[in-house]
Amino acid sequence: MNAEVRAMKTSAEQALAEAYAAAKARLPGNGAVQALREAAFKRFEADGLPNRRIEEWKYTDLRVLMREAKPPAGAPDAAAKARAAEAGKLAGDIDARRIVFVDGAFVPELSDLAALPPGLTVRPMAEALAAGDPRIAAHLGKVIPGDGMVALNTALMRDGALIHVAAGATVERPLHLIFAAAGTQPASVFCRSLVVIEPNARVMLVESHEAAAGHQVNAALELIVGAGAHVDHVKIVAGAGDALHVATLIAAVGARARFNDFSFNIGCGVVRNQLFVRFDGEAALANIGGASLLNGDQHSDTTLVADHKAGGCQSRELFKAVLDGRSRSVFQGRIIVQPGAQQTDAKMMTRALLLSEEAEADSKPELEIFADDVQCGHGATMGSLDRSLKFYLMARGIPEPEAEALLVQAFVGEAVESIEDAGLRDALMEQVAAWLKARGG
Amino acid sequence: MPAVQETIERVRRIDVDQYKYGFVTDVESEKAPKGLSEDTVRFISAKKGEPEWMLAWRLDAYRRWLTMREPSWARVEYPKIDYQDYYYYSAPKKKALASLDEVDPEILKTYEKLGIPLREQKILAGVVEDKPADPDEDGEARAGSGYSRVAVDAVFDSVSVATTFKEELRKAGVIFMPISEALREHPDLVKKYLGTVVPISDNFFATLNSAVFSDGSFVYVPPGVRCPMELSTYFRINEKNTGQFERTLIIADKGSYVSYLEGCTAPQRDENQLHAAVVELVALDDAEIKYSTVQNWYPGDAEGRGGIYNFVTKRGDCRGRNSKISWTQVETGSAITWKYPSCILRGDNSSGEFYSIAISNGRQQVDSGTKMLHLGKNTSSRIISKGIAAGKSNNTYRGLVTTHRRAKGARNFTNCDSLLIGNQCGAHTVPYIEAKNSSAVIEHEATTSKISEEMLFYCRQRGLSAEEAVALVVNGFVKDVLQQLPMEFAVEAQKLISISLEGSVG
Repeated sequence: MNAEVRAMKTSAEQALAEAYAAAKARLPGNGAVQALREAAFKRFEADGLPNRRIEEWKYTDLRVLMREAKPPAGAPDAAAKARAAEAGKLAGDIDARRIVFVDGAFVPELSDLAALPPGLTVRPMAEALAAGDPRIAAHLGKVIPGDGMVALNTALMRDGALIHVAAGATVERPLHLIFAAAGTQPASVFCRSLVVIEPNARVMLVESHEAAAGHQVNAALELIVGAGAHVDHVKIVAGAGDALHVATLIAAVGARARFNDFSFNIGCGVVRNQLFVRFDGEAALANIGGASLLNGDQHSDTTLVADHKAGGCQSRELFKAVLDGRSRSVFQGRIIVQPGAQQTDAKMMTRALLLSEEAEADSKPELEIFADDVQCGHGATMGSLDRSLKFYLMARGIPEPEAEALLVQAFVGEAVESIEDAGLRDALMEQVAAWLKARGG
Repeated sequence: MPAVQETIERVRRIDVDQYKYGFVTDVESEKAPKGLSEDTVRFISAKKGEPEWMLAWRLDAYRRWLTMREPSWARVEYPKIDYQDYYYYSAPKKKALASLDEVDPEILKTYEKLGIPLREQKILAGVVEDKPADPDEDGEARAGSGYSRVAVDAVFDSVSVATTFKEELRKAGVIFMPISEALREHPDLVKKYLGTVVPISDNFFATLNSAVFSDGSFVYVPPGVRCPMELSTYFRINEKNTGQFERTLIIADKGSYVSYLEGCTAPQRDENQLHAAVVELVALDDAEIKYSTVQNWYPGDAEGRGGIYNFVTKRGDCRGRNSKISWTQVETGSAITWKYPSCILRGDNSSGEFYSIAISNGRQQVDSGTKMLHLGKNTSSRIISKGIAAGKSNNTYRGLVTTHRRAKGARNFTNCDSLLIGNQCGAHTVPYIEAKNSSAVIEHEATTSKISEEMLFYCRQRGLSAEEAVALVVNGFVKDVLQQLPMEFAVEAQKLISISLEGSVG
């Protein structure tokens, strides 16, 4: 149905086209980057904003959810920077190297890039684009072709992090990328990061996204996990009830690598979290998880494609959603086993817990298998809290709200457990407890 | 583990020789002019002697169809269909009548070859035999043929050639006849229900069917009646370049029960034939309909030449409280299957079931599944789907489970498993699950795997050959579904499964 004649541009699409036309001369990057931007914008324009006629966006119609496009953010002012100094708190007090972006621009005075350990290179994306960093030409936009929203990001990307970890290097202190959209005027922010982890290196990345009222964030992170490398990536999304967050993670996982990914979503009115993970080498191991806590009119969409191109890999996916109010959660997960990717072992599970009568959970777990010697499975459940469990707790004298809170914590905890860092795990569980308290549990 | 050489060779060998029903019957037929136009629609309607409103209904469908586009979302690929290249109506010239002699002997032979027991054949022609037929007579001791009676409506290309047990069913109050006849004899009943489950312009293929459907079965079971025997329709496409567009309408009135079986075969031809059927089921308060299909259309040869395009819309409406509709299907044939038998669970406490075995081999493409739409309170549904892909085939389960806001206490359980045999086939699962109220409980699980080496080893250790071991495991794999089939069909289905898979195991 995608071949349909394009309808008239929506006002948001019109605004984006104008923003691109106005900004393209000033956006960072040499001729090659400009050509990349131009092609990407054409690609975006061909399909326009994703809508329910596009299968992958069936449940998240951006034409409806994004009625207008905010103007691109300008350089952050002092007040915004001051507000952003507090950002990243959701990750708790983990000892991490902070790399801060305010309104989509790198802020050196809030970041800690001093005395980087050997093997680690961190460079602001805007600077790298302007300087024609060879890694940009080699990898940017080339890892996995994304969709229209990634193309839009490529067209309008301004800043982000370019991180390189040399072969065999172990980065002890986690890197904490903090993206704060903190301006007083609603704006749109396009941040783009590229992380190249060479073989046998080890690093942990934490990504925090916070958006003030009315902001629209389009974030993309391309990640190359070299053979035998070990990468942990945890992404936390918070923000105002009328903020919109569309993010894409693109990851190519090498042979024998370990990749742990977790997405924690506790804010923003509309969240679309896309993960495209491809297994390029044999015997890699991936743990991909996520949890969403939603209330009010929040809409949260997690779309995952785990593409097993090489055989012998193991992937585990576990995504949970807790829904209150009139919120809606969407999970679309697809496991692909390419021809020849024998001995793949992939298991995907998604669970939604509906705490309110008006919440809605939609889920589409897919399997696409082209090899016979595999073990693949998926499961999906949806329902309210188990009454017998609640009764068990209440029979032991625990008041109802508390019993519910305990059960919800256990429910979310199962997913959060997959995070290797204990401090981060605790910090997220504290967020869960605070969320429950706020709803009166 | 890659497939062993033996397997690859076996897979290569099958299909062409496997399809037992690929012969052509040489009967003179009367056809509508080739192609589709308003005239074709008028021709069919006139041939059937239909009331005026029916022609208007068809023309409405045809005009709507002209504005629609062929769906492309299914995981099937086929060259563009030229809808003007088909005959939309074809009927044997000699219409079968009350005695055996009047039935075209070629048609009789056809049914003989299709393995419908002799006794049934005579019944088909309207000759009632007093003593049960000797089961050995047709060389195939079909289970139950001695005591069990199945009323058959035989549809040959575009027309029904015979319907059996009509009298006896009439005594019980059950109406079982070709839909073209029902349009003449019970127009009010047909008018009341036709198109109420699958609306006139529901989808591209259903709309096409609404315009040009030629025959099919009509069943009405009056309140409180338990249909005294299994009802069955046997579809046969014979003529070249012919589309078969049958329409089945089954109504189970309050508190009634009916079990209906459907079988189908087609000759082996190089070009693709089109089959776009619509089946509508209506279950009123406390009624139950059990609908079973053994689909064995010609699947095409090993290179994917020929075979039936099976684009079918089947839907049941649990309109009344406590009603129940159960779909059971064994899908082994067709080059392409595009089929999603669904249940609209409208009545409170109603329940829907879907049991499916879909086997694909050669270059077959299957995109099949179900939809369970929970609208009423305390509705429940159960989906058991087993897909087996072999050769170079692709086998997709596509399903939707949705619970409406008002469907408090709705319950669904879904299990879809796929088994891959060989490394050139594909198995896919695309379920859509939507929970719109918190009291709904939905569970879904799916697995894809090959037959476990341990299981095979265990069997072989106990003296079974590799083939027998695989057959045993596959049979165990599909048992949940086979159990749901009426006995007469279970035997046939079991045989079909072994034919479809023979030689493709490894």
